[in-house]
Amino acid sequence: MHLLEPRAEPSRTLQWAAPPLAILLMLLAGSLLFLVLGRNPVEAFRVFFIQPLESGYGWSELLLKAGPLILIAEGLAIGFRARIYNIGAEGQLIFGAICAGGVAIYAQGHEGHWTLPAMVLAGALGGLFWGAIPALLKTHFNAEETLTTLMLTYVANFLLSWLVHIPWRDPQGMNFPQSVMFSDAELFTPLFEGSRLNTSIGLAVVAVVVFQVLVRRSFLAYRLEVGGQAPTAARYAGFSQRATIWVSLCVSGMMAGLAGVGEVAGPIGQLNLNLSPGYGYAAIIVAYLGRLHPLGIVLSGLLMALLYLGGEAAQMTLQLPAAITGLFQGMLLFFLLGTDAFIDNRLRLPRRNA
Amino acid sequence: MASADLSVPAISSDLGVSPPAEPVSLAAASVVPAADRLQLIGITKRYHALVANDAISLSVAPGQIHAVLGENGAGKSTLMKIIYGAVRADAGEMLWNGRQVQVENPDVARRLGIGMVFQHFSLFETLTVVENIALVLGGRFDLAALAERVRKVSTQYGLSLDPLRRVHSLSVGERQRVEIVRCLLQDPQLLILDEPTSVLTPQAVQKLFQTLRQLAREGVSILYISHKLHEIQSLCDVATVIRAGRVTGHAIPREETPASLARMMIGRELPQCAVAPYLGVSRPLLEVNHLSLPAPDPFGTSLQDISLSVQAGEILGIAGISGNGQNELMAALSGELPCASEAVVLEGRAIGHLDPGARRDLGLGFVPEERLGRGAVPAMSLARNALLTAHRRGMVRLGLVNDGLAAAFARQVIARFGVKCSGEAAAARALSGGNLQKFIVGREMEQSPKVLLVSQPTWGVDVGAAAQLRQTLIDLSREGVAILVVSEELEELFEICDRIAVLAAGRLAAPQAKADCNAEQIGLRMAGPQAEAA
Repeated sequence: MHLLEPRAEPSRTLQWAAPPLAILLMLLAGSLLFLVLGRNPVEAFRVFFIQPLESGYGWSELLLKAGPLILIAEGLAIGFRARIYNIGAEGQLIFGAICAGGVAIYAQGHEGHWTLPAMVLAGALGGLFWGAIPALLKTHFNAEETLTTLMLTYVANFLLSWLVHIPWRDPQGMNFPQSVMFSDAELFTPLFEGSRLNTSIGLAVVAVVVFQVLVRRSFLAYRLEVGGQAPTAARYAGFSQRATIWVSLCVSGMMAGLAGVGEVAGPIGQLNLNLSPGYGYAAIIVAYLGRLHPLGIVLSGLLMALLYLGGEAAQMTLQLPAAITGLFQGMLLFFLLGTDAFIDNRLRLPRRNA
Repeated sequence: MASADLSVPAISSDLGVSPPAEPVSLAAASVVPAADRLQLIGITKRYHALVANDAISLSVAPGQIHAVLGENGAGKSTLMKIIYGAVRADAGEMLWNGRQVQVENPDVARRLGIGMVFQHFSLFETLTVVENIALVLGGRFDLAALAERVRKVSTQYGLSLDPLRRVHSLSVGERQRVEIVRCLLQDPQLLILDEPTSVLTPQAVQKLFQTLRQLAREGVSILYISHKLHEIQSLCDVATVIRAGRVTGHAIPREETPASLARMMIGRELPQCAVAPYLGVSRPLLEVNHLSLPAPDPFGTSLQDISLSVQAGEILGIAGISGNGQNELMAALSGELPCASEAVVLEGRAIGHLDPGARRDLGLGFVPEERLGRGAVPAMSLARNALLTAHRRGMVRLGLVNDGLAAAFARQVIARFGVKCSGEAAAARALSGGNLQKFIVGREMEQSPKVLLVSQPTWGVDVGAAAQLRQTLIDLSREGVAILVVSEELEELFEICDRIAVLAAGRLAAPQAKADCNAEQIGLRMAGPQAEAA
């Protein structure tokens, strides 16, 4: 039995209502989950979603985590609009972080005002490079970018692991797989005393503005969108499909690389094996939850950051396992995909016939 | 031929109709019912604000060939889908052989004895004819026995068909025969054909009509949907004319003139094209030299040594049945399929190696046959769709789009070409086929091309809009533009073209001046060197 039938027109209402609906369903399912685990859902809800925001520090942590998510998601959304599915932002983040970290490590001893900008540049180019590899593979060998981007994430991870185990390992680091700590000149300046939030948030703010202009006004974004929505029309108009692939993957890679710089030159302050709590993957959800819209992504990025904080709080206060964060992210994506199905389809109600 | 003995009584909806002259060999209806085969009473179907069918009543007698005549969007297809059970009416009754029935779905319709041949075929290309038929018949089947039945039925009705051939190797006419045979195997009492001749050569149309007349003599009722007046006049006993969802007239086509039928159908006189002579200097603007291209995909056609030239101020028509290389030729000329640099020459400049954008920069406009998805992006507004090709008219500065200019351009096209829509913010897919076509033609023309390529200019466009589009093309050519038109409709080419060439199996016959060609001869060439199976 087919339970869904296509709508004549996609529902505009649902296009915007789907994310809030998905969030609501996530909360409902989450409450059930807490009940099953023997926790009071109201209390759990408070710990998860209210408590992290009860202090100034909590808000600063929220922005700290939202920053990279928004940066990456803005870049991914450009590609997703063109139907180029980069799901390896995590790898591009790591490679960007490696490049920025390399600059920091080799600059030690003679760092100056130039160091941090050089790290940002290196990180951006590194991410771009890691995104350009799947672009090359797709344009020349027609290799599916969903696979190549994902696989390159593992490559980046192993590369990082090798670097921090062998050539870049901190000689005074008690053999832990990590690099030396970066010096102050190699770090973004904290915005407030006692908070980890730093000037790298400015990158996210600038990115939102730039992407808003890019998506709303630029001919480039128009061409990418035509390529995504109607490839045949793009060919008819003479918009190059190759350019679409290169731009989508390079831009999203670059944004992920920037996010990587923000992490190593921010709260982490060195290269180690825990550069990202899965920002590159979570940003995919952020992009779709924000409807691939530059401003929508700001809201969904903040929500996703709250899920990270709530997950940590739930571990500490409710003694729940760390998997709780991933579980909520998963539920959010699940319900979003579920509600999105109703944009183009509607439920076919069984007819009662004689 | 058979038209002489086709004197089945007409428009006698309430009275019983005399049984068909010959014994009924098909259909279980050996006992001829006293009532009409099909009677519709007050069928109404609404899609939100749009009333597709407004209290339509219609009756079809056994053995009658009944035309449903109307422009595109008049509601013909909706009505047929209701009869066939693919769409449910909001109100109204359907009587089948005098008995009230509820056709819940196409399966019920098939079991009642209603067969439908769709405008767009639903066949699996990689399966054989008999496998395709077995899929629809359902249940348990014996392919060998079924193949035998297919052979028998197809010879009986002069629809020669090899049941073991794979569908991808069939011509469009043969594919249509598969659809018809598939219906006939189910012993239909009513056969619905939706625009069946739009893809056929004149000869194939004659063969189809013979088959339909034979079926009618055997008592099968036929509902024939079309907007081609001369076909309806030659084939149909009765016509019901629908306009904007309502029945606007009943007629006996043979007693009407094309003009009077057209008036009923579009509510006014059918405009005639005025062809003025070209007074400017004739010089070749587009030249194609020995263009050969391998087929871009397994089901495509390879182009073989095509040469042609289009002069300023003329329209060159390319006749032929779809699938004979038209798509490939147009794609090679537009730049969507790259080819040898010297093979395509625009105003003396070799452009074969350039992409569509670069060719457009040099003054080559193109109106593709697919409007949604190729000529326009379905979900985007008309203003955004104006940008698709007209962006080179100053709409982009420093990489940023001037939305105001794009909207103004779209408004201008809408106003100049009479595009019916809610405005430049309307999504392309919200427009009817004809109106979107006007918009796309308008968009390309407003960019003052030197050469305009147009593929199937009036496919699916209603009669009134088609006449307007044809006139527009003629007028544009007389301003010194070279126009190349690919069309399956021969009458259209004869109406607007100065010279006509035939494309068959990837080869182009030398163009001839219109005065020197006749439809018969062109039809034979369209069937190709090995001519369609007789």
